[in-house]
Amino acid sequence: MVLVFAETVKGGFKKAAFEAVTYGAKTAAVLGTDCAAVVLGEADNAGQLGEYGASKVYQLKSDHLANFDSQVYTAAIAGAADKIGASVVILSHSSTGKSLMGRLAARMKAGAVAAVNAVPTNDGSFKVRKPVFSGKAFATYEVSADKKVLSVMGNSIQPEATGAAVAVESLDVDVPAPRVRVKEVKRVEGVVPLPEAELVVSAGRGMKGPDNWGIIEELATVMGATTACSRPVADSDWRPHHEHVGQTGVAIRPNLYIAIGISGAIQHLAGVNSSKTIVVINKDPEAPFFKAADYGVVADLFDVVPRLTESLKKFKAS
Amino acid sequence: MKLLVCVSRVPDTTTKITFKDGGATFNTDGVKYILNPYDEWYALVRAIELKEQLGGTVTAIHVGPAANDTDIRKALAIGADNAVRINAEASSPAFVATQIAAHAKAEGYDIVFTGKETINYNNSSVGAMLAELLDMPFVSYGTHMDVAGNTATITRDIEGGAEVVEVDTPFVVSASKGMAEQRIPNMRGIMMAKRKPLKVVEPAAFEETEKAVHYELPPAKTGVKLVDPENMDELVRLLHEEAKAI
Ligand SMILES: Cc1cc2nc3c(=O)[nH]c(=O)nc-3n(C[C@H](O)[C@H](O)[C@H](O)COP(=O)(O)OP(=O)(O)OC[C@H]3O[C@@H](n4cnc5c(N)ncnc54)[C@H](O)[C@@H]3O)c2cc1C
Repeated sequence: MVLVFAETVKGGFKKAAFEAVTYGAKTAAVLGTDCAAVVLGEADNAGQLGEYGASKVYQLKSDHLANFDSQVYTAAIAGAADKIGASVVILSHSSTGKSLMGRLAARMKAGAVAAVNAVPTNDGSFKVRKPVFSGKAFATYEVSADKKVLSVMGNSIQPEATGAAVAVESLDVDVPAPRVRVKEVKRVEGVVPLPEAELVVSAGRGMKGPDNWGIIEELATVMGATTACSRPVADSDWRPHHEHVGQTGVAIRPNLYIAIGISGAIQHLAGVNSSKTIVVINKDPEAPFFKAADYGVVADLFDVVPRLTESLKKFKAS
Repeated sequence: MKLLVCVSRVPDTTTKITFKDGGATFNTDGVKYILNPYDEWYALVRAIELKEQLGGTVTAIHVGPAANDTDIRKALAIGADNAVRINAEASSPAFVATQIAAHAKAEGYDIVFTGKETINYNNSSVGAMLAELLDMPFVSYGTHMDVAGNTATITRDIEGGAEVVEVDTPFVVSASKGMAEQRIPNMRGIMMAKRKPLKVVEPAAFEETEKAVHYELPPAKTGVKLVDPENMDELVRLLHEEAKAI
């Protein structure tokens, strides 16, 4: 049995949860077994996970699950896996999933592969692929342990709702009290967080200063994209730190990455080069980023970005 | 406060990654190594700051062969008081966590620091594994941490925001950007580092659970298609019809 931990935020599922369940169902098919999902705490309509391939959906309810504590969540998920006899556990490679991954693997004495970006193969041995060197390469891992824990890189699989909703069942699992006390949660509302974003508009030092970001924000708004930036931009406090992408920032793989006034240093590319389509806008035709791009525009960004926004508005209206 | 900082050694960020033996192994020829930035810039420096503020000791621990002693000396030059090296190749996060836990169990550290992830294998797993093996709470992706008495207040990154948590010692924390500012070792630090104790410990028994069997480079881009800056309608059309990105 494959067990997927379907993450919720304030009781709702995000795309990452549907991706994880889809991945779990495909992994179960490879292994010739079934896929179940577990939900911790409150959740709206957990049964919908059946549509993505979970044959069973379990929900654990406890006051101890109200906030995230890796120890509590590990006990809950390992307990659920044990109860239903699951030997493979799938997590999302989100900040919650990443904080659980190692702990759960140690608890279950499982082999662990983090940030997998392809469905495993199982021809005699269990193999699965993940990016390494911050996206500069891929590695295939062979997992020899009977039990396995994998975390699925965001945007590496499309959610497939081909099944039907199932009934939600409860499970009797001991959930210990948290030792980490959550005092405050601050979420930026209304924007898709960078690791989940499908469309990203990113800008660098070519912007000259923080006051010029209006054209970037307008482009992002018209597209419904999330904004990002290069490291020196965040280091100079032109933009908030959570926008910093690259080898020492957030690693992303959106469908579309538009890089504006960014030179394309190797450390920047490392975190973004898995993006499906890359557009580079730079006035220097020699900028290294063009070598990693699908589409390029050699021009002054202050001139071309507003016109790109206008063209997009026209396209959206048509 | 007795503080332990786990430091890893990774290829320099400018390294061009290549493989040999038909993709079976990472080609280390000519690769320059550095301390993992998250470990050095944030975890180690915050531990040193806390020691300066509250007293105590900072121990840097590294799993790796003798050739890595120069990197450990750098951690000592920045300000760790002593170091431990587990004498073995760091073959997997589980191996590293098992070795560090074996050392830490007997020592009774108040806070164990890791960086948020290494920039070579990007697993982000060692901190959580250590916490489990030591039966300690784990706070990941800390961007700010204050300690008063035996309680720490930590701001941590979560998806699309931040969270403020409290936790009592002992615990494990992983450090992200923001927790401290990089410190460049000065001459005095480098001289002192030579005399600071570096203990070498043989590894504990370990059973391998997974290993990398093949490496490959991502498919290269086939070449950039340049679009006339005067014709942004054309770029939009390409993104819609050809790339199917919008
Ligand atoms: C250990 C280490 C880790 C690092 N990690 C990261 C990381 O995670 N992420 C990251 O981004 N960087 C990282 N860096 C920094 C990286 O090496 C580069 O310095 C950085 O990415 C450059 O940012 P930039 O492209 O915005 O600025 P620049 O390199 O200054 O490039 C600005 C670009 O804007 C273009 N430009 C200027 N004006 C205009 C205009 N009017 N119109 C159009 N184009 C214009 C220029 O031609 C130029 O190409 C790291 C460095 C080190 C040493």
